[in-house]
Amino acid sequence: MRADSRAGHRLRKFGSYAILTVLAFVVLFPIYITVVNSLLRPVDIAARPPVFFPLHPKWSSYADAWNGGHMSKYLVNSFIVTIAITVGQVFTAILAGYAFAFLEFPFKRTLFAVFLATLMVPFEVTVVTNLDTVRALGWFNTYQGLAVPFLATGFGAFLVRQAFLQVPPDLSDAAALDGYGHWRFMTRVAVPLARPAVAALTVFGFLGAWNQFLWPLLATKDDQLRTVQIGLKTLRQTSLNDVNVTFAGAVIAVIPIAIILLLFQKHLVRGLTAGAVKG
Amino acid sequence: MTSSRTRRRQREAALGYLMLLPALVIFVVFIFYPFLRNFQLGFYLNPPFPNLPKRWVGFDQYRDILSSASFISSLKTTIAFAFMTVPAGIGLGLALAVTANRKLRGIGVYRAIFSSTVATSVAVAAVIFSLMFNPIVGLLPWMGISPTPPIIENPDLALAAVALVTVWQTLGLTFILLSAGLQAIPEDLYEAAQVDGAGGTTRFWRITIPMLSPTLFFAVVIGSIHAFQSFGQIDIITSGGPFKHTNVLTYSIYGELNGTNGPPNPGKAAVLAIALFAITLGLTAVQMRVLERRVHYAR
Repeated sequence: MRADSRAGHRLRKFGSYAILTVLAFVVLFPIYITVVNSLLRPVDIAARPPVFFPLHPKWSSYADAWNGGHMSKYLVNSFIVTIAITVGQVFTAILAGYAFAFLEFPFKRTLFAVFLATLMVPFEVTVVTNLDTVRALGWFNTYQGLAVPFLATGFGAFLVRQAFLQVPPDLSDAAALDGYGHWRFMTRVAVPLARPAVAALTVFGFLGAWNQFLWPLLATKDDQLRTVQIGLKTLRQTSLNDVNVTFAGAVIAVIPIAIILLLFQKHLVRGLTAGAVKG
Repeated sequence: MTSSRTRRRQREAALGYLMLLPALVIFVVFIFYPFLRNFQLGFYLNPPFPNLPKRWVGFDQYRDILSSASFISSLKTTIAFAFMTVPAGIGLGLALAVTANRKLRGIGVYRAIFSSTVATSVAVAAVIFSLMFNPIVGLLPWMGISPTPPIIENPDLALAAVALVTVWQTLGLTFILLSAGLQAIPEDLYEAAQVDGAGGTTRFWRITIPMLSPTLFFAVVIGSIHAFQSFGQIDIITSGGPFKHTNVLTYSIYGELNGTNGPPNPGKAAVLAIALFAITLGLTAVQMRVLERRVHYAR
């Protein structure tokens, strides 16, 4: 009886691993094949049956994507724009979150509703005029044009405000007694206590900015300003005969975000679940 | 005494407004103004040739566009796309989350793999899959999936192909979201059910699904909103084709702006944008309604 149930337990455990492994294989397959194809010669990519392992890896695909395919330039552009957007979003969210959480002023509730109302307007709805605005400002095909429209989000202000509201009132009273002004209280007490929310916002903002597609497609016109996402589309069109280079470009585009996710995944989960799982 | 207190209050108010100002400027210039200007743009008919004046037509343009065959077909395509991506994406994400929600050695590795597609972007996924669909170098044709015309040029298959890419690309995010929801379910519920002799299937339908329903619901709403805003995968894989069979709403806005269908037509793009806004608003309203009523904890 006992041996029987132990065998059953083992069998179930084996079954679990089998299912997990099959699912992992399915999920990873497109990524695996991308890496493999990035290391093959174009002839081998078209070979039938397909080559599933690069016996003679052709590393030059990466050099081709990096230099001739301009991936290096695209990466730099993406980093500049993404960092500007992330820093801007965190900065404006902390300021606004602080005002909503710790200060009293007329029309506070109305203004908070205005901030939340921005969440109702998808960016796609605003592109028609934003393109005109950016052109009128002389920002078409510039870093400003790519970054400035996204320097503030209602979501960020909301997230930081919620975190600030958790700061015990005793602390702000004590800080006031110690002669702390608002600036010192914000930078020394409130922000450090709200670090999880700020971290979540940072990862979220970074990921969103890095993956943008529609706006950088509309607001740029050449390789000098194209971001990685748009650059990858261009690379695919320009290297039709060297598919391996496009695959290498895709790998290059994924690496930075993969590193950031490995380091900060916990914060991403927190940001994601802020609106979903009730605490 | 009172005057100093009033002054302090005034200073606090001034500081408050000053701190809101940066965000407000961005919102006014890049969200509220463009949003409202859509309505105005919609009143003007753009000339068929550039350099001619625009003509005021009032609500005529709204009526003409919103009742046109091309808009209706674009809307149908968008809805079909949402139905292809949302249930499949959440079903698969749930399957992965439930399978990975057990205490086994090395489960962390599987969790990492299941969430790995978050590292990809829409553009990356679209480029990878469009090459996999390719009739010459692609793997799908080799696996025996080689219809004529080829997948991407096939009116019956193109939208499903784009949907497949979308489901894969969002799988990691759905998995992370649903896993967090699963982990928030108290374990003693399962233990109690086990004591009562409830089997795995019963526990799944009687505990997991009801307890997870707020998260599932959130995933459905967010997934639908995303589906209605999908753009990059369509631009890269099909460019709205073949014969507009993947011309979803966002892509049609882009087409009018970019002049894919003749000269750029901001008036038409604006009316389409308003339609997109109305749909998103409707979905959000449903979410708020349901979340407020908290039907998810019924019984």
